[in-house]
Amino acid sequence: MLQEFPEENIEPLATGAWILGTGGGGNPYISTLNLRRLYAEGRRVQIIDPMDLADDDMVAVVSLMGAPLVGQERLSDPAQLARAVEMMEDYLGKPFRAIMSVEIGGSNALSSFLAGAMLDRPVVNADAMGRAYPEAQMTSFAIGNLPMFPLSLVDIRDNEVIVTRAASWKWMERISRKVCTEVGSTAATCKAPRTGREVKDWGIHYTVTKATELGRAVIDARARHDDPVQAVLDHEGGKQLFRGKVIDVVRETTGGFLRGKTVIEGIDTDKGSQLELAFQNEWAVAFRDGAPVAMTPDLLCLLDTVSGGAIGTESVRYGQRVTVVALPAPELLTSPAGIAAVGPRAFGYNIDFKSVF
Amino acid sequence: MKRIGIDVGGTNTDAVLIDGDTILSSIKVPTTQDVMSGVKAALGHVSGQIGPSDRPIDAVMIGTTHFTNAVVERARLERVAAIRIALPSGSSLPPMCDWPDDLRAAVDPLIFMVHGGHEYDGSPLVPMIPDEIREAAMKIRDAGITSIAISAVFSPLTTECEVRAAEIVRSIIPSARITLSHTLGRIGLLERENVALLNAALQSLGKTTVQAFSDALREASISAPFFLTQNDGTVALADVAASNPVHSFASGPTNSMRGATFLTGLSDAMVIDVGGTTSDIGCLVGGFPREANNIVHVGGVRTLFRMPDLLPIALGGGTIIDPHTGKIGPRSVGYRILSEACVFGGDTLTTSDVAVAAGLIDMGDRDLVKDLDPAFVAASLARIRDMVADSFDQMKTSSDDVPLIAVGGGAFLIPERIGGASEVLRVENAGVANALGAAMAQVSGEVDQVFSGVSRDEALSTAEAEAQNAAIASGASRESLKTLEVEDIPIAYLPGGARRVRVRVIGDIAFN
Repeated sequence: MLQEFPEENIEPLATGAWILGTGGGGNPYISTLNLRRLYAEGRRVQIIDPMDLADDDMVAVVSLMGAPLVGQERLSDPAQLARAVEMMEDYLGKPFRAIMSVEIGGSNALSSFLAGAMLDRPVVNADAMGRAYPEAQMTSFAIGNLPMFPLSLVDIRDNEVIVTRAASWKWMERISRKVCTEVGSTAATCKAPRTGREVKDWGIHYTVTKATELGRAVIDARARHDDPVQAVLDHEGGKQLFRGKVIDVVRETTGGFLRGKTVIEGIDTDKGSQLELAFQNEWAVAFRDGAPVAMTPDLLCLLDTVSGGAIGTESVRYGQRVTVVALPAPELLTSPAGIAAVGPRAFGYNIDFKSVF
Repeated sequence: MKRIGIDVGGTNTDAVLIDGDTILSSIKVPTTQDVMSGVKAALGHVSGQIGPSDRPIDAVMIGTTHFTNAVVERARLERVAAIRIALPSGSSLPPMCDWPDDLRAAVDPLIFMVHGGHEYDGSPLVPMIPDEIREAAMKIRDAGITSIAISAVFSPLTTECEVRAAEIVRSIIPSARITLSHTLGRIGLLERENVALLNAALQSLGKTTVQAFSDALREASISAPFFLTQNDGTVALADVAASNPVHSFASGPTNSMRGATFLTGLSDAMVIDVGGTTSDIGCLVGGFPREANNIVHVGGVRTLFRMPDLLPIALGGGTIIDPHTGKIGPRSVGYRILSEACVFGGDTLTTSDVAVAAGLIDMGDRDLVKDLDPAFVAASLARIRDMVADSFDQMKTSSDDVPLIAVGGGAFLIPERIGGASEVLRVENAGVANALGAAMAQVSGEVDQVFSGVSRDEALSTAEAEAQNAAIASGASRESLKTLEVEDIPIAYLPGGARRVRVRVIGDIAFN
């Protein structure tokens, strides 16, 4: 059964997605503007429950790929995402029943909506991360060892590429990243198509609802002058790790990623302590006074203490008053295969995963 | 050197006359409806202190809220055209797509999107097509529009498309007043374009305002060059400033902060400027306001450009206190304080009433608040202290205690001790800090650019040289230049060690 996604849910979806982006995934502002304009033109998005997919339904997995900074100049265009999907249909010779986003965290949460609104195809209430991660092999589909090809990639200048085969998820990441860089570090992609069965077995389910409701909880708390950070914790069953003020931000780019750390000095009950949040595009590990206290795949979110809004690894800055919270990760990510793909060692930290939950 | 500083605020127009570091004269007059008669009155007062045999005025610095008010009121704006050079990208989000409807209607834009622009590495996105620009220019000419904003993808890195397009437009509309987005904004096409369009919409007002100031000075027999104060705490020659009104948006709070430096001799401190309705907390670094490196909304429009980092709090001399709950603000009686506050015979309890009851300041009739419960007064003052302390801490840049300077008409509300502050300074002449700040301003130059394929050192030195050239073009003397800020941020996903570098230099005004 399909359910219309009402216009008033766009803002909550964006707010929730930005929090679930755990510092990465890009600010959803541009995508939100695009979706609002499509709605203003009269287009609408229908949401489909993943469990309502037939086993042999085909599902498109879309994402905008590239550097967030380039996205601020070369504003994304929904037509490109739609084109990536159509290209894949032409290649496969069969139509997609529905569209889903590769990640619910950050701006890509809205990518499936943009393509869905353009093509009048429903959006699956699921994604492949339950958050945001930087690389293709860090998805639930990769953890499930599903096929990683083909992949279609569209550049705004009429350059279109299909990667027909790749030896592994990591190879697919390397090849597609290379093409993306060549066309200016921004491109619309349609990842390896999924069957309804695969989405039912390996998708992270109901994350569209989760992001929307989370965002609404924050927006409502602000309107009531309640504590929006508490609203995030209550809604997600999260844990507050630390409250304080950003006193240092160190960034460096290595291997195409923004790496670095943010140091937060404690206030209130955390006075006298420091929390160091290490990041690789997303927040990866939290060290309290030198000892790791929380880490991926648990979701580490840096929130503005007053507004409850998410703060990204690219926009965090000195002096901000922040609260660090941990939210539970999707079960699949904390399985042994999940830890191998997205645990601390996958990001170069030589520590064993220990959940705060 | 003899200078006059004038700050035209929403409530008061302040003026000072200084000679070197000495204040010779100062005056505060109410801002008049027509603005200029208040300016003339203030100017007449301070220039009247100069005798015929005295050395004449060397320079006049004026800070004004004219331009911000126009945007906020959606008034006195002119019709503009937008040319965006970005196709085939960005067509789903045309210029002004995120403006409030009423402001957009006031500007009534003619919008064109054409092919061109660049990549982050300086290669063309697609070639620009001059005929498309010509065609747009002819339509703009036919519509009778002469103020035009031009933006292009990645123009802060490669200015070529915007510059070339301006030449083409000018060949068709010789009288065109053109704002190029790269001259004002940073990376972020929509935000930069927004700044350029606001600037374009304020061109006529910029010109008439500067002309009016010029007339007022001539009436006062002052022939010195005059400058408008800018968002970063510096000044620009009035004629230059007239073409960039957006650079004057935040001159009020900026001038207050600069005045605080002048009055205390402190160049690294926090400043709280307490007005009637709100206070602004800012941070002085090396004598200048710390710049915001994030989105700032002006009249509901997202912008990203040279603006001071300010934290507004709903606390001023007219802020209303709920007599039952003790809640402070956010509403204020504002300029009606002289009739509505208890000490002035009104029946609205304000922060000023509590301050009078506590003996922090003498105004109105103290007897009118003598029945206030001392415990209530103490609790209100404690709440005010908490509000200030909280915001103060949020804006601090280090865990060390730093001084806090209180300026503005409501400075008496700021307690003598605040957690995290090494001291709280309430300064003499604090009421005219903004006019003083205007009077002592210097000239700056800024560069914000992405470099790729060069070493970090090379990127930093290139940026510094360009910032110095920008400062000299705005009227700085080369010998006095010093570098105020250097910031570089590596950019994720981009190859070639790409980094965004921001450099700001500052210098004294060069007098010929």
